[in-house]
Amino acid sequence: MSPTVHSRTSSFTDGALVGRAVWDSVLKLDPRLMWRNPVMFVVEVGAVAASIDLTHGVMHHAAGFAFSLQITIWLWFTLLFANFAEAMAEGRGKAQADTLRKSRAETVAHRFTHDGEMEEVSGAKLRAGDIVFVVAGEMIPGDGEVIEGIASVDESAITGESAPVIRESGGDRSAVTGGTRVLSDQIKVKITSNPGETFIDRMIKLVEGAERQKTPNEIALNILLAGLTILFLLAVVTLQPFAVYSGAPQSLFVLVALLVCLIPTTIGGLLSAIGIAGMDRLVRRNVLAMSGRAVEAAGDVDILLLDKTGTITLGNRAATIFVPSPGVDEKDLASAAQLASLADETPEGRSIVVLAKEKYGLRGRDLSTREALFVPFTAQTRMSGVNLDGVEIRKGAKDAIAKYVAERGQRVSAETEQAVAEISNGGGTPLLVTENWRVLGVIALTDIVKGGMRERFDHLRAMGIRTMMITGDNPLTAAAIARQAGVDDFLAEAKPEDKMALIKREQAKGKLVAMTGDGTNDAPALAQADVGVAMNTGTQAAKEAGNMVDLDSNPTKLIEIVEIGKQLLITRGALTTFSVANDVAKYFAIIPAMFAGAFPQLNVLNVMHLATPQSAILSAVIFNALIIIALIPLALRGVRYRPLGAAALLRRNVLIYGLGGVVAPFVGIKLIDVIIRYMHMV
Amino acid sequence: MSANGWFQIGLFVAAVFLLTKPLGVFMVRVFEREKTFLDFILRPIERLIYRLAGVDEKREMRWTEYGVAMLVFSGVSMLLLYLMERVQLWLPLNPQKFTNLESYLAWNTAASFTTNTNWQAYTPETTMSYLTQMAGLAYHNFTSAAVGIALAIALIRGISRRESKTIGNFWVDMTRCLLWVLLPACLLIAMIFVSQGVVQNLKPYATAQLVEPQTITGTGADGKPTSKVVTQQIIATGPVASQEAIKMFGTNGGGFFNANSAHPFENPTPFSNFLQMILIFAIPAGLTFTLGRMTHSPRHGWAVWAAMLSLFLVGVSTAYWAEARGNPLLAGVDQQASATQSGGNMEGKEVRFGITNSALFATVTTDASCGAINGWHDSFTPLGGLVPLTNILLGEVVFGGVGSGLYGMLVFVILAVFLAGLMVGRTPEYLGKKIEAYDVKMAALAILIFPLTVLLFSAVSSVSAFGTSSISNPGPHGLSQIFYAFTSATGNNGSAFAGINANTQWFNASTGISTLLGRFFAVIPILAIAGNLARKKTVPQSAGTFPVTTPLFSMLLVSTVLIIGALTFFPVLSLGPILEHLLMLAGRSF
Repeated sequence: MSPTVHSRTSSFTDGALVGRAVWDSVLKLDPRLMWRNPVMFVVEVGAVAASIDLTHGVMHHAAGFAFSLQITIWLWFTLLFANFAEAMAEGRGKAQADTLRKSRAETVAHRFTHDGEMEEVSGAKLRAGDIVFVVAGEMIPGDGEVIEGIASVDESAITGESAPVIRESGGDRSAVTGGTRVLSDQIKVKITSNPGETFIDRMIKLVEGAERQKTPNEIALNILLAGLTILFLLAVVTLQPFAVYSGAPQSLFVLVALLVCLIPTTIGGLLSAIGIAGMDRLVRRNVLAMSGRAVEAAGDVDILLLDKTGTITLGNRAATIFVPSPGVDEKDLASAAQLASLADETPEGRSIVVLAKEKYGLRGRDLSTREALFVPFTAQTRMSGVNLDGVEIRKGAKDAIAKYVAERGQRVSAETEQAVAEISNGGGTPLLVTENWRVLGVIALTDIVKGGMRERFDHLRAMGIRTMMITGDNPLTAAAIARQAGVDDFLAEAKPEDKMALIKREQAKGKLVAMTGDGTNDAPALAQADVGVAMNTGTQAAKEAGNMVDLDSNPTKLIEIVEIGKQLLITRGALTTFSVANDVAKYFAIIPAMFAGAFPQLNVLNVMHLATPQSAILSAVIFNALIIIALIPLALRGVRYRPLGAAALLRRNVLIYGLGGVVAPFVGIKLIDVIIRYMHMV
Repeated sequence: MSANGWFQIGLFVAAVFLLTKPLGVFMVRVFEREKTFLDFILRPIERLIYRLAGVDEKREMRWTEYGVAMLVFSGVSMLLLYLMERVQLWLPLNPQKFTNLESYLAWNTAASFTTNTNWQAYTPETTMSYLTQMAGLAYHNFTSAAVGIALAIALIRGISRRESKTIGNFWVDMTRCLLWVLLPACLLIAMIFVSQGVVQNLKPYATAQLVEPQTITGTGADGKPTSKVVTQQIIATGPVASQEAIKMFGTNGGGFFNANSAHPFENPTPFSNFLQMILIFAIPAGLTFTLGRMTHSPRHGWAVWAAMLSLFLVGVSTAYWAEARGNPLLAGVDQQASATQSGGNMEGKEVRFGITNSALFATVTTDASCGAINGWHDSFTPLGGLVPLTNILLGEVVFGGVGSGLYGMLVFVILAVFLAGLMVGRTPEYLGKKIEAYDVKMAALAILIFPLTVLLFSAVSSVSAFGTSSISNPGPHGLSQIFYAFTSATGNNGSAFAGINANTQWFNASTGISTLLGRFFAVIPILAIAGNLARKKTVPQSAGTFPVTTPLFSMLLVSTVLIIGALTFFPVLSLGPILEHLLMLAGRSF
């Protein structure tokens, strides 16, 4: 079973998960854990004080027991609800971690000793630098690099993708992950990680949230919430002397109730759940972020560096048109082109065969019966083709072909030159086809821009994010594709060091840069970028350098990562605003209730017409607790993200969460008050 | 309320609007050391001052050094004023032979004037010698205003500079502020005041024979009725106009006379009254433009200005409405404005200013941390009195005190940007500077000190004999008096609700401490923000940047001010003025 393939069903319907979260929320009442969350810690102190006072009251038969008891119970519920939110968010990760742990079953490794002998050791004892031998059917005992051999590997335990992948020594596909299985052949692997630091170990810790550290923005928000808590603590603590002066002293329950309602418990209770859920959303998309900081940075990104191939365009170029030379039939050109490409196993070669077949019904001919000699592409000739029954067919770049035909006194016609120039200007690659040194015409190989990219780039632009295409193509070709795909800018003829220089240049201007990469030569740039997403198929070096790993190895996912980062920040901001805006209604519920006994005139402020002072205060406390539960789904799912500019997004969210935050509690508290009266709870 | 009243308020707003840009531009030139039309005369003086004081005008300071310089300067100035008050009898220019001040009052006054509060627990014309008024109090009126402006400029530099360790030179900012901004303007303004009839002399007080002797009856210490016939009136005079100019322009508010701007020698005509109100808002409004210009975002400056103006309009409308409609307890009495009477609640107001200009003055003086008054706030209707109180509670950021209004508002801006900024899906940024944990921590500290001081001192005073014994009216009004005293002191406003006996050891000591806490504990974190922001890189603006130039931003800023200011104090306000208002409607007064 694969741990990262998730069902889309709501986690609330998962009984086991909820059960575990309920138990966890009780365990989380431990003050040593609560201390980390200043807002909820204050609530806990209030709840303990109320409980003590309640017990004291029972022993002395104090009046108003039903009211005090209910206030105290709801104070504890407020805490439990907040803990439940966090436990639910963690629960999903814990379930994944359990599955991952199973896949990390004990493995036996065949390790080479110093004198070249082979010994059997436990996989858990391997250290970086050890060299092991893995044969088909065995589990790879640890993370490492293939240093010898080639094998197909089943990586479904990590990626959830059941199709095997090829791992081979050298190049950019040499990284293997512990816990994956070799399906065929055998490889020698140099282990690169120590026990407890392997990829699976890190993944377990990540999804479990065990090493979760507060992110910079979360810390800042926590400070603000602590500040607000102190502010309201002051307001409530000093209220008692003023109340005494006015001849209307208040009970502890009422003061604690007011305090708990005023301090930002809604966001305080949901804050860590929002963070955990944000990481979880990435994991569900098969992206592992090495730190929460990286997820936040993703929301702040100003520039996306996107590799052209595989990200903006479909992996390979394909033949799209045949342009015959004057006096040549297009079908003859297609036929010759197909013959020249029959033995060409490159994707471009195959696309020529396919185009000829589709356009002219030319089938791949069986050449084995005829005397055919295939001429493969070499760096010297820069052409490939076939010698068939004395006919010499070649295809190649213009320069190479021009030189080739010139040897026989032929030349490329002006019309063909023109066609070559047009194809180049349009971002394509022209290939000339010759038959016995006569130029038949040109094949255009062009990049195919992935569907929907232009819209996505438009959205990014609306959000204020610039996209930049990185390509090894010449500037002319690059410009054409950039125009077609709708990216803002491009870097042509890019070498790895150019990419690095570009990142540094943008960062010096204060911008945050995100990029994807997989090769070893991408590693420095991945490390330099603020958000560096390494492809899981990439090298170990790349995966170490980046701060995220995409298990699907899909570079387009960078855009989704940015959206998740933004969604995380928006959710925090929206719920904070909502939480603070709630206070207005709570004041109008509690203040008149507190003093209406001594000063009936203050009932003017009871705009909700709550039944009695006691029901008013109880309603506010119940609303305050229930709103946490009500918002858990939103906290876990995240506020719906829309690709809008900041001004539009702000207007929208202020309206929903700011204005909504002012209005909602008026309605909610009134409703609860009606129910309380109906049920004669106080 | 009348069309004429609204027209006067409109005229006032128009005048403030027109002054904003020219003053703002001028201050940019002064503090950015660009050329001004006064350079030919002032530059040589400035250079001379630096040479004598050994100040290197090219040297820049980090925020810590800037803060230490500011504290040392303020501390030494405060000590000098304290000493002067304690020995004034033996110093010249004391024609009335006023005695030396006792230590509590001297401490309170020194603290109060150093912090631009000008809380006056004494009656100036029977307590302070001319020398103390001129060289002690007026000196502080100038320097405390300059300190406030310098701090605001330092914070603006912090916002606008990028990757800089320094935020300016305190001594240079002070010197240039005094030489270019405050002194020349006050010279001119004093002349205008004299033209209106504000007195300016160093003569002993005049004595006049009463046309009709008055008999004053009272109760003696032994409880028996006393009676005294008065035949002479002593008319206090002095160097008033020169002090009046800086009292308003520097939002100090400490009157030469106890009656402050209600006194005909301080504020004789409707024109002088109008001018005084304009002077209060002039620099604070101008500084919003300075902010916009120096941060290369003029529209942001105007957005802050607009937020301030909306809060001002809400306040002045409420106060005007509450005062103009009169006292509901006097039902049946004609309180309508007409050709023969001002109408409304005229108790404690000057007839020559009427309802509109009293309500407007009360709003303006408390929006800014000025504290000058032209009527008794204590005699306002409960809701009318709620306006000045609320204005101070909001942190005096509605234009606010010179400099302090802007830096106070900028703390709210930082909090607003942080609160709402997340909702655009980025780490909150303010004009390209990321707002991070350190900035939020300092902003929270700067905000917290005010409610901490006000609420704790008020709470203690409201349940202790040494506190409640100073109250003149019982019930909710008494609570308002205590609360107003600490609010005014901590907010560095200095206006008095009156009615409370503030010249006691407890109130002199506690309000003195309040003024110092309210000023210096708040500005240290603000300087820290300036230093921290200056160090940061500037993130370029994009479509994804949180907009700080739109009406929506102004609205968010107003909401933040209201939520932090109003929500914190709502409980005590509901037991004070709000309750008093409701009780009054029910027929009870205090």
